[in-house]
Amino acid sequence: MRIASNHDLETVEMRKAFVETLIQEGNKNSRIVTVNSDLCSSMGITDFVKIFPDRSFNVGIQESNGVGVSAGLSAAGMIPFFHTFAVFASRRVFDQAFVSCAYAGLNVKIVGGDPGVTATTNGGTHMSFEDIALMRAIPTARVIEFSDTTMVRKVVPQVVEHYGVDYMRLMRKCLHRIYDESSEIIVGKANVLREGTDVTIIACGLEVYEALTAAQQLEEEGISARVVDMFTIKPLDNECVIESAKKTGAIVTAENHNIINGLGSAVAEVLVENIPVPMERVGAQDEFGEVGPQNYLMERFNLTSKTIYEKAKRVISRK
Amino acid sequence: MQNPNFEYMRRLSADIRVETVKAISKAGAGHIGGAVSIADVLAVLYGGAMNIRPSDPDWEHRDWLVLSKGHAGPGLYAALALTGYFPMDWLDTVNKPGTRLPSHCDMKRTPGIDMTTGSLGQGLSAAVGIALGNRINGIESYVYCIVGDGEINEGQIWEAAQTASHNKIDNLILFVDWNKKQLDGKLEDVNDPIDIAGKFEAFGFEAQTVKGYDVEEIYSAIERAKKVKGKPSVIVLDTLKGLGICFAENAVTCHFMAVDEKMEKEAIDVIEKRYEQGAYPGGESRK
Repeated sequence: MRIASNHDLETVEMRKAFVETLIQEGNKNSRIVTVNSDLCSSMGITDFVKIFPDRSFNVGIQESNGVGVSAGLSAAGMIPFFHTFAVFASRRVFDQAFVSCAYAGLNVKIVGGDPGVTATTNGGTHMSFEDIALMRAIPTARVIEFSDTTMVRKVVPQVVEHYGVDYMRLMRKCLHRIYDESSEIIVGKANVLREGTDVTIIACGLEVYEALTAAQQLEEEGISARVVDMFTIKPLDNECVIESAKKTGAIVTAENHNIINGLGSAVAEVLVENIPVPMERVGAQDEFGEVGPQNYLMERFNLTSKTIYEKAKRVISRK
Repeated sequence: MQNPNFEYMRRLSADIRVETVKAISKAGAGHIGGAVSIADVLAVLYGGAMNIRPSDPDWEHRDWLVLSKGHAGPGLYAALALTGYFPMDWLDTVNKPGTRLPSHCDMKRTPGIDMTTGSLGQGLSAAVGIALGNRINGIESYVYCIVGDGEINEGQIWEAAQTASHNKIDNLILFVDWNKKQLDGKLEDVNDPIDIAGKFEAFGFEAQTVKGYDVEEIYSAIERAKKVKGKPSVIVLDTLKGLGICFAENAVTCHFMAVDEKMEKEAIDVIEKRYEQGAYPGGESRK
């Protein structure tokens, strides 16, 4: 893994990187199919549909059926990718993902777009602060949140190779660049983006950039922060969590999700069973989402680097 | 199949009922009513209508069956054991610890089970997906699916029906086990599905309604459905919940019942008596 030379906002949208990678994989592997529910253009899947019309199915506004059809396609040997917004890709289809896909031992890839505050003007009904919680409760299911386009390009081929239910959180638009394009990124292995000795910030998705920004601010005050991109929320890289606790003695988690049953809970579970150290969680505080532009929502739900910085100082004081 | 052996199918349907009631009696209780109301369609499918290889359950070119009303598993297990998918003594283990035959169908545990079901309403979507996958792979097999008449309360069934029709899936043949009762009572007293065949027609299906306990009528309906091109077919099986099991026929509700050895013996005696008389499984004369 190699970190990018700068963390500017990328010019390529996440959904663009996703569909380009899926097309590249689709050219190599004729078993890859897409199932969509009237959000092809929003999710950026249209290019795949145009190239592979016989391997794409739009079930309309029927997410439960779409996941069920995906399960059937898998039973017939295909590798279905089902795309919709994160709220529908998790809570609306939970039983279908659980029974028809995971419990049945099938191979279905579910992509949840616009997680958390990135739902912006779609507002509270569309703001998934619970999708990680739901999907990580499904036995065998893996949960991944992409943090930039390089990660998308490195991880999607691994998702194709893996047999089982994978849930991917995909912000559709541009994120800040985190990784150099030459990076090797392995599902299940956390990426240590920055070494530190006083505190570790474990983040995922758009919070990774906020964590790096907070670490920079902390450094200016002489506080050394380790930063970890825990993009695989399940299976969690327990070793990295334990190593971080040993090295820094304090942990802050940051996620674009409810602090209940998301990344923070997953990290806390590992800490209390192995190496209890002071910990703070950044994320939605058991609240519903609301409508607004992303920068407003980042402030509203205390997801900015400022909150991470403050929680880092607080957790250090609790050592 | 060129020459359907209706006598074999009739005997098979009696055997499915016998083995189902024995298995549920061994387990102490089970979903008897809806397991035996599909005994006749299972006898037709596994007794000749389906292109299958019991010694090679995952054969790529097989016909598939998705038993969406997964709680009828014991009825299907009886059909699978009787046609050679696994040893008959497995039927003694239904719902016992470590069994390969759980009450609801589980494709990971049981040879010949093509789809895991149990949460009602999900199987037809999977059947649609299987048919689409086979289409991509150039496999010309039939996908059969059985749903319950109570199960079609579930909205997902109608989502899947719409998708089957939109995609012109003419190798999908759906059966509705119209046995008139769901768990809490009669369909019309719970949430009346109104005109089942008419609803599927409105969703673009070719619909037929046949005596759900007459193997010849069921077989003929399948043959007609196979000739329908450009749209899926539904065959509504007009039958009764618990049909052919005397104590279930006479019960107010028979979705899930405790069954003891005395009931088992009495039921088997009635099954055999009706079979020997040449009557339908419910005792009605064929004339």
